[in-house]
Amino acid sequence: MSAPLLSVRDLRVTYRSETGDVPAVRGVSFDVAHGETLGLAGESGCGKSTIAGALLRVLPRGTEVTGEVLLDGEDVLEMKPGRLRAVRWTEMSIVFQGALHALNPVQRVGDQIAEAIEAHRTAEDPAARVAELLETVGMPARRAGDYPHQLSGGQRQRVLIALALACNPRILIADEPTTALDVMVQAQVLELLERLQKELALSMIFITHDLSTLSYVCQRTAVMYAGRVIEEGLADEVFARPRHPYTAALAAAFPLIGDHTHRMKPSGLGGDPPDPRAIPSGCPFHPRCAVAVAECTSADIELWPAGEGRQAACIHVLDGTPR
Amino acid sequence: MSEVLLETRGLHVRFSVRHGDIARAVDGVDLVVNQGEVLALVGESGCGKTTLARTIMGLERPAEGEIRFEGEPLQYDSRFLRSYRGKVQMVFQDPMGSLNPRQTVYEAVAEGLRIQKPPGDEATRVADALARAGLRPPERFLQLYPYELSGGQRQRVVIAGAMVLNPSLLVADEPVSSLDASVRGEILKLMLELVRDAGVTILVVTHDLGLAWNIADRIAVMYLGRIVEEGPAEELLSHPRHPYTRALLSVVPEAEEMEQQILQGEAPDPTRIPTGCRFHPRCPLVASGEASRLGIEERCRTDDLVLHEVAPEHRAACHAL
Amino acid sequence: MSTIAWARRRRAFQRSWADYRRNGEGIAGLVVLGAFIAVALLAPILADPSNLKVVNTTENPVWAPPTEYAPLGTDNFGRPIWDQLIYGSRVSLLVGVAATLIAIVIGTVVGVVAGFVGGWTDSGLSRLTEWFLVIPFLPLAIVLAAVLGPSVRNIILVIGITSWPGTARLIRAQVLTVKQRLYVERSRALGASSGHVMGRHILPNVMPLVLANTTLTVPIAILSETALAFLGLGDPSSISWGQMLEEAFSFGALTREAWWWYLPPGLCVIVVVLAFTLVGRALEEVLDPRLREQRK
Repeated sequence: MSAPLLSVRDLRVTYRSETGDVPAVRGVSFDVAHGETLGLAGESGCGKSTIAGALLRVLPRGTEVTGEVLLDGEDVLEMKPGRLRAVRWTEMSIVFQGALHALNPVQRVGDQIAEAIEAHRTAEDPAARVAELLETVGMPARRAGDYPHQLSGGQRQRVLIALALACNPRILIADEPTTALDVMVQAQVLELLERLQKELALSMIFITHDLSTLSYVCQRTAVMYAGRVIEEGLADEVFARPRHPYTAALAAAFPLIGDHTHRMKPSGLGGDPPDPRAIPSGCPFHPRCAVAVAECTSADIELWPAGEGRQAACIHVLDGTPR
Repeated sequence: MSEVLLETRGLHVRFSVRHGDIARAVDGVDLVVNQGEVLALVGESGCGKTTLARTIMGLERPAEGEIRFEGEPLQYDSRFLRSYRGKVQMVFQDPMGSLNPRQTVYEAVAEGLRIQKPPGDEATRVADALARAGLRPPERFLQLYPYELSGGQRQRVVIAGAMVLNPSLLVADEPVSSLDASVRGEILKLMLELVRDAGVTILVVTHDLGLAWNIADRIAVMYLGRIVEEGPAEELLSHPRHPYTRALLSVVPEAEEMEQQILQGEAPDPTRIPTGCRFHPRCPLVASGEASRLGIEERCRTDDLVLHEVAPEHRAACHAL
Repeated sequence: MSTIAWARRRRAFQRSWADYRRNGEGIAGLVVLGAFIAVALLAPILADPSNLKVVNTTENPVWAPPTEYAPLGTDNFGRPIWDQLIYGSRVSLLVGVAATLIAIVIGTVVGVVAGFVGGWTDSGLSRLTEWFLVIPFLPLAIVLAAVLGPSVRNIILVIGITSWPGTARLIRAQVLTVKQRLYVERSRALGASSGHVMGRHILPNVMPLVLANTTLTVPIAILSETALAFLGLGDPSSISWGQMLEEAFSFGALTREAWWWYLPPGLCVIVVVLAFTLVGRALEEVLDPRLREQRK
């Protein structure tokens, strides 16, 4: 296997706040190969969106970020501001969640895309490039003259994707790109992202709490809990045969229709995701875990190999008992 | 045959929107909710499902048609409505928004009691409702404010606030869609417990077919103000008949065996409901020429239609059936 | 249950107070304000009211600078500036607070009714509010003051009935926002009447804003009183800071460079206005849920 396009090593992000430090990401490592889509799954507060911010270095000033984010071997965290500006958008760009707020309401959408192109001088004729981009995301070029409020939710999300593609990035970070959308529109956007990924040979990091979506769009999935990756592997495998009890609970939240083990038997986790200020000792998941044993409260838990291309941070992986 | 608890007959709800257009949000709905069941009302946003739920709560007045609860038509004078709401309760999508930030858990749960004034000791009933909603021990939560609770706990408080009145019908509008994935199952589990232990009937409004598979006995699929298919959950999800239901089911990542049928465009505009079958402009049968092969395309474009039986207790509104 | 409710109120108050204490400017404003109120209350101890009357001060030197006649010198009639300043604080604060109360009551009632009832009532009240808002304050106040005649009571009335529209608009907007909230819908779904919704949900969410707005209206009222008095529309028989400025101006204190006459009342007005504003801003931040959410 060739060197990965993006390699994240022991990334740690700590927010500073009035009431103390908040460790949002606590040592995360992963690779994204050329043309690969990696899914980052987890719930609110698990640190997945913080990772997106750290990769592009758009976190609030004063936030402590350590570790390495190697883009083609070059550390993004060490880049000078000029180099960083060049890399943002031309190498790595992001599609934000909440298509409504990410666009300037008083600027035509075409101008917003053109602005990104002009800032990076990546095309001779910005207007032509805007038209081309809109066609690429499945919108008529004439919509460039529209204001965001004239577009539907799905169209705005398409504009945001076009905006992210404006400077031919190699990596696209999609942060909950379909969360606020309707089922059918969600399917349209997923189809679009899948097509773009193939046509443009994009690498993608797809962030969501919906494991079933990941099994559909990603090759590999990393599941996060309390600022760490707790399971990693092929997306289908992780969703279908989770090794970590948390992944299992997350997967069960999106039951397979027709699967009678879930019919009239909803299952979820007791308790709530932990407060990043007070992460439980040992395995951070142990207070909510149905299969926790005594050691879980104190043992050092790390990602252990759990089969072909699989890792899981659960003590039960070691003794071989299926969860 | 189970007993009918609530029934809507020819229900129409209209809103006037800008430029004098009339939005037909609910456009002729006949829906039956049976005693003791969980009925899922499924559809895309803008299909009128939330308006239907609010109309059933008496929060919206129908332009035509009526709602019958326990055989008696719903009246809109304040005395009737108040006692009606003692029997029919609602849980909303956003638990943070549905709790007044300046009220404690105790006050939020007691609010219904203070309005309805049923007999019994308020404090006992509140504690009891909290415990039944899974907030144990209740004393730990009584004096907390909404912002001190997690999303799942907030939704439990809202459910306790509804259940404290011992309603016969609980209308739940997207009860888990704003919650964290790992917590959703617990709330759904709680809802099933309420059906089993408190004998409550639940009408759950959702866009999530997986949720319907999880908890619903029956499903009604709504499109542009009208029910287009309804039937027992298992039967409907394993043998969907209406092309809209089929498309909806095909795009759910949780049902992979089906070939994807992604409908183009977005939820259509209730101010301009198409003639004929309201789904025909987006219908894959019409688009693929299947409808014209069957010789029904003309009817799809011109003839409005009602639900008809396609299997026992399974009804759909499509010319192709 | 009342004990629990009481404990809860106290807890809520303690939390708000803890938030407030963290606001340095707010504390500074509060301290200054406290000092002024104490001075106004203790006026009979700190100053001699007989010194305010021209007939009692014939013995005193006139136009005496502070170096000659402590502590703040005298005016053209030999009246000590100090005593005027101390007693002036009473009238200025009284007019500021009383006029604000009138304005806030009118503004709150109009805002709440317009926002809650809606429809034609809202349209009518909103037009009335806008009408008051677009009429320039000073000419209207001058006309009113001239018609009603100069007295402290009339000054209060004039300022009160001309300064409510801002409050009304603010309150109406807040009522409209709260009315849209899901918890109001939930309350209705529980069977609540309009009265219940108003008492339990609308008012509790509007009152903090009213309180913050009150402290922000007082300085405007004090400035208005100063302006009216300076224009000669004040009550000549009672001394206020504005009245002092007016007299200093008309008796030529500026040309005589008698700074000890016009500077103290001017500074007092500025400092009190600033203090009220600081307290108001701090209260707004502590009590207005929108600002609190922004900070989070």
